[in-house]
Order: sequence, then C-alpha cells, then structure tokens
Amino acid sequence: MKTIEDLLRSHPFTEGLDEEILRLIAGCATNVVFEAGSYLFRADGSADRFFLVRHGTVALETFVPGQGPMTFLTVKSGEMLGVTWLVPPYRWAYDARAVELTRAIAFDATCLRDKCEADPHVGYELMKRFVPALVERLHMAQIQIADIYGPGGSK
Amino acid sequence: MKRDAWQPVFLPVRRRSRETSDVVTLEFDASDASVAGDAGAGMSAGVGWNGFAAGQFNMLYAFGVGEIPVSLSGDPADPRRIVHTVRGVGPVSRALAAARRGRQIGLRGPYGSRWPLQESLGRDVLIVAGGLGLAPLRPVLLHVLRHRASYGRVALLCGARTPQDLLFRRELDGWRRLPGLQVRVAVDRAGPDWEGDVGVVTRQFAKVRFDPLEAIAMVCGPEIMIRAAALALENLGVEADRVHVSMERNMQCAIGQCGHCQFGPRFVCRDGPVFAYSEVAAMMAIREL
Repeated sequence: MKTIEDLLRSHPFTEGLDEEILRLIAGCATNVVFEAGSYLFRADGSADRFFLVRHGTVALETFVPGQGPMTFLTVKSGEMLGVTWLVPPYRWAYDARAVELTRAIAFDATCLRDKCEADPHVGYELMKRFVPALVERLHMAQIQIADIYGPGGSK
Repeated sequence: MKRDAWQPVFLPVRRRSRETSDVVTLEFDASDASVAGDAGAGMSAGVGWNGFAAGQFNMLYAFGVGEIPVSLSGDPADPRRIVHTVRGVGPVSRALAAARRGRQIGLRGPYGSRWPLQESLGRDVLIVAGGLGLAPLRPVLLHVLRHRASYGRVALLCGARTPQDLLFRRELDGWRRLPGLQVRVAVDRAGPDWEGDVGVVTRQFAKVRFDPLEAIAMVCGPEIMIRAAALALENLGVEADRVHVSMERNMQCAIGQCGHCQFGPRFVCRDGPVFAYSEVAAMMAIREL
C-alpha cells in the first residue's frame, strides 16, 4: 500500500522538491476521496486546506444570481487546487465540486503555514510551486475576461 | 471561379444548418455555377468551381448589402459542394447568416494561401481552433482523417465561449470517438451540466501526445488566442516556423489590389490568410497594424 509520501512523490507539484521537505509537509497531508457531485469546499467557508488532485476533475464554480452556478475553471489530475489558505482571512471565494470521482491529497493549512513560518526555506520551495500556477491562472483569467470568442467584427 | 475576378457568380443556397444561435453553415452546389448565366466568363464547362485548398476563402456577396471574405469550411476532397460557416455580427454577415434555402448569394474565389498539409506529411499535427476558427480548420481535419495513415499523431484542440457556442457539435462527438484522433475541448465558462474542461484552450497542450520537436501546429481563432497558443507551443519546444496561423484583416478586393488588408509588407488576402507564425509574430505585436 502506498504511503502519503509515495502519493506526494508521484504528484507533479513535488517534482524536484527536496526529500526532507517532502517528508516534512507529508505530516500535514491526508489522502481524500470525493464522490461525483460532492463539494471539496464552498464559497465563504474556512480555507483550512489545499489540495493536490491525483485523479478526477474538479469544477470551480461561482454562483451567478439569476443564472445559478457557473464553472470558470476545471482542475484535473496533476494540478493544484486552492491558494486561499495562504491569504488572510482564509475564506474560500468559490465552490469546488467534484465532476467525477476525485482522489486528492489534502493539506491541513494551519499545519503547513506553521511549518513555513518555522522554516522559510520550506515556504520558499512551496511558493516556487504556487506562483507559476497563480500566474498561469491570472493569464487565463485575462483571456477569459476579454471574452475573445464573443461576437466581433463589424461586417 | 471566374475570369473576371471582381464579378461574383450568383448561386442559390442549397442547404442551411444552424450551428449556434448566431452561426450558420451554408452549402452551395458547385453544379449551379454552370447555370448561373455566365458560362462564357471563364468557368470550365459544366463546373464553375474547381475546388479549393484547405485554408482558402471566398468573397461572399449579399445582394444590396455588401461583400465579405468567408473561409471555406467544407471537405476539400468534395468539389461538388461549396461550404461556408458564417457568424452574423455585422450587416453583411447577418444578411448571409439569415439567407434561407434558395436565396441567391454572390461568390467569387477561392483566394489565399493554404494550410501546410503537404509539409505535415509524416509528422504529428496539432489543430488548434478557437471559436469560429474551427470553420477554416475543418477542411484540414477532414483531409487528415481521409489520409490518416500519412500523418503521425493528430490532435484537435477546440476552445469556445460556452458549450452552446461549439461548432459542428454532432461531428465533434463523432471525432471524439475516433481512435486515431485526440480531441480536447475547453470552454471559457459553463453551467453545472457540462462535464468537459473549462479554461483557456492552451492548457490542453499538456494533455495531448505529440513530439514538439517535429510537430506542425495550425492555429485559427481570435488574435489573442493565436498569440497565447503560439507562446505556449514555443514553451513546449514547437518553433514558430512550425506554427501556422490564419490571419484576419479587412479584406475587400481579395486579389491584393485595394490594400485594405495590408499587414506590413504583406497583403493578407494575397499572401495569406495562412502564414507561418514566424513570418507575422513581430507584426502582430504592433498595435497599429
């Protein structure tokens, strides 16, 4: 049976991560499973975890009054989910719903924050992995906001 | 289609199918060109249409409204049908999109450059379409599927605004089931009933198998999406001269005479619309162009 360290080691998020740090953060991690249709978290809830998706698909949704939930991003196997645990007041800004059976590694945010505070090198190694994902999502949001596929042209 | 490059041939719409709320596909029979009353104007006997190459476009004229360039979206191996997919966004395109069966539309063409199907032989092929960009790439896909053994791994990556805005949906479902074709679809936003991917289409590159050192990519869509796709491909190792893009500019004469579609030293209508990205990347960064 695979240990949580084995699961972590096989996730792209930890590629190149020092083995000592991997073992340290593994102490904050648990293996979790979500049935299709269940929620990993809901908007306004406490952002006390973040996830590394191992298998499955998670839809990030925002509720549009009069229209219902709207998915603005899907997160899939090999990707990271949730950065709100890093920023006070640690409240989710959207819903995360499992589109299919989803297996993930969940990190206890308080545990991880404490370890980052205690050893800035750990924090820096984690930031190096969060920032590229954040920048990519920011660029994607720029493109999505531009509504590039919307009706264009004048003729 | 005609020796007089300025004068369209008028053909009745034979088939019309609605793709989305504002996009329709119009089909014309090439055989109608021979009875369009201008057999002496340069068309070959009985057939005024000699087919087209994937990537080319026709000028479509709506009576009394105006003329616009529209990509050919049909099968290049079927010279009997002339197929165009039109989105109604302005006076001319709305008039074209509203044309019912039997309505006469003026056509002249085909014009422009072609997608690099010959250069892609034996290589992996990435077909990257955003929104209406799938229309000019559909002939590429149909050609590649018809000659499947001549190409390496093939991937179709489609981006759209919402699931309801996806073009050729029935065909797309069929393409997804083909064993030799990787199909990835991503929309910008969706309701809870959509089980596919949501996000920018360029994220899909990581999810398809291809050799970045020899693959050829053909990209068509809004210019922002073209640039994002070319950048993402470059980051994966696909050089800009193996990324081909279809440009859209203000094409009016379609024969390189009026200058409206001038793009630096090139005319998009005559030298394009398909270019290697390496040819146009620098100019795409110039806002005034």
